[in-house]
Amino acid sequence: MTIYTAARHRAAEPRPRVTATRTRPPGRGTAGRRRPVNAAAGIAASVWLVIVAVPLYYIALTSLRTSDSYLTDGALTPPSGLTLENYRQVVDLGFDTFIFNSTIVTVITMVLVLLMALPAAYAIVFGGTRAVRATFNTFLLGLAIPAQAVIIPIYLLITRLHLYDSLTAIILPTAAFSLPMAIVVLTSTLRDIPRELFDAMTVDGAGTVELFRRLVLPLSRPGLVSVGIFSGLNAWNGFIFPLVLTQSEARRVIPLGLWNFQSRFGTDVPGLLAAVVLSTVPVLALYLFGRRQLLRSLSAGYGR
Amino acid sequence: MSERGLLNPRREVRTVVLVQASQLRPARRERPGFLWAAPAAVFFTIFGIVPIAVVLYLSFTTWNGLGTPEWTGTTNWRALPEDTDALHSIWVTAKLTIFCWLIQTPLSLLLGVWAAGPQRNRAILSTLFFLPLLLSTAAIALTWLSLLDPNFGLAASLGSYVGVPDGNFLGDDSRALYAVAAVISWQFVPFHTLLYQAAARQIPVAMYEVAEMDGARTMRQFISITLPQLRNTIIASSVLVVVGSLTYFESILLLTNGGPGTATRVLPLHMYVKGFVGFDMGYASVLAVLLVAVGTALSVLIVRSTGYHRMNSDREGM
Repeated sequence: MTIYTAARHRAAEPRPRVTATRTRPPGRGTAGRRRPVNAAAGIAASVWLVIVAVPLYYIALTSLRTSDSYLTDGALTPPSGLTLENYRQVVDLGFDTFIFNSTIVTVITMVLVLLMALPAAYAIVFGGTRAVRATFNTFLLGLAIPAQAVIIPIYLLITRLHLYDSLTAIILPTAAFSLPMAIVVLTSTLRDIPRELFDAMTVDGAGTVELFRRLVLPLSRPGLVSVGIFSGLNAWNGFIFPLVLTQSEARRVIPLGLWNFQSRFGTDVPGLLAAVVLSTVPVLALYLFGRRQLLRSLSAGYGR
Repeated sequence: MSERGLLNPRREVRTVVLVQASQLRPARRERPGFLWAAPAAVFFTIFGIVPIAVVLYLSFTTWNGLGTPEWTGTTNWRALPEDTDALHSIWVTAKLTIFCWLIQTPLSLLLGVWAAGPQRNRAILSTLFFLPLLLSTAAIALTWLSLLDPNFGLAASLGSYVGVPDGNFLGDDSRALYAVAAVISWQFVPFHTLLYQAAARQIPVAMYEVAEMDGARTMRQFISITLPQLRNTIIASSVLVVVGSLTYFESILLLTNGGPGTATRVLPLHMYVKGFVGFDMGYASVLAVLLVAVGTALSVLIVRSTGYHRMNSDREGM
């Protein structure tokens, strides 16, 4: 009742947003809601904007500079002539191989994670036997075990399996370490499937495979997209497993390739930053076309 | 009446059919069993759980990474208290965690609340805000390495304005750790901002409306409504900052390689150096066991603070 009067009271003032919110269906259109503008937050936002924009501007600009211009002009001064020479040079140095390797690692990791995590989440949400619950708890415990902590035994395992210096060596542990988060996100997606739907279908005689195919698979789409993006980014940007488990240039992935550029051509910063831009292009494209989905995927599972 | 099905023949027929179906085929009312979770469980056991047992075993052996590990009892463990670098690295890890928390939490809290608000250019600006999320740790570390280059980078020209005329941030004992914390925060603030933005949007607007009627100013509203409502998110985000501090290894390897001296050598980096540079895998495993212990404790904290273990839907009552 209080809330209602508050809205009525407001309606007299020139604040149309309040009435607009009232007519909106619940759960949608949070953007239109009126919230107090916090001055401190506004200042923090402006400062942050500069802090983010300057390095990004620097990356883009320097990657188009000539080496001479980099050495003589200031870091942020716009150069007289821009060149794509750095990009050509980076590709000549084998960056296309790194992009190819990273793509293979990313795609296979994503597929592996999705293939394993969805059935597991299905069993956790709709099965609930003791073994399944124990599995779920194990995955929860795995959430914060840093990869660095088990890198030595994984190195031992990979060398004993004769997988050292192969893309498989990167894919297997990367996928395994994406699993806990993937399962947490998918279980929370599947929990939103109405129980009655599941019960009705079992009563109608649907078996577990049919339930999975006709109920779980179609309704878990948003969760699958989130997990795909999340595990894909992990694989694309992963550093520790390639660092320890591969060696040769033919098996190098992008993050290691960047580091290698830096240590080999220390002062060729324009070349390095051109490589940085190239390594981000696929993710940037994804961001431009599906910003909301991408951001939701990154925070999936953490938000309450 | 109609709800009972007496005036609704269609509903009544359906009820009858349901009962019959369940009686005719009781054997088919099965639930997905462990078999569905088996591939994930086996895979994670091999690469996540077994290695923890193996690392514990390795910590009692001597192994150079090539031959066969040989049992040496508690030798490695007894070497731990003598390793001043290890104790120092634990101290550095703790300091870095605190710095990162002090930068990231207030900043991302403010930014998140701001991004959840009604500002006009918010959509365009927040597109920019989250861009660091897209870059890999390696890309961010190397970009900042060149930005902080005392000769050609931005640090050379801006250093004198912040009291560092030589522009030497990463190569200076007393400044390196702050510089590293700043770079790491640049990378992770957008992520935490996302968490706070999502949580701030869920605070009922009515709470602010009522507070405003009672004459509460913006600051008061922030302290009395926003902060308490974001309590769980603050806990969750803080736990993630602490967890993340165990994985900062990569940024530090690329930015300073633990230097100058051992000024920025965190525990995971110390472990990496001992194991994969010095090839003393047995002793490195001791340090890894410490990491596992801390990581597991933090996992429990995350689960407690985010409520992952609840088996019911989050959407209920929303």
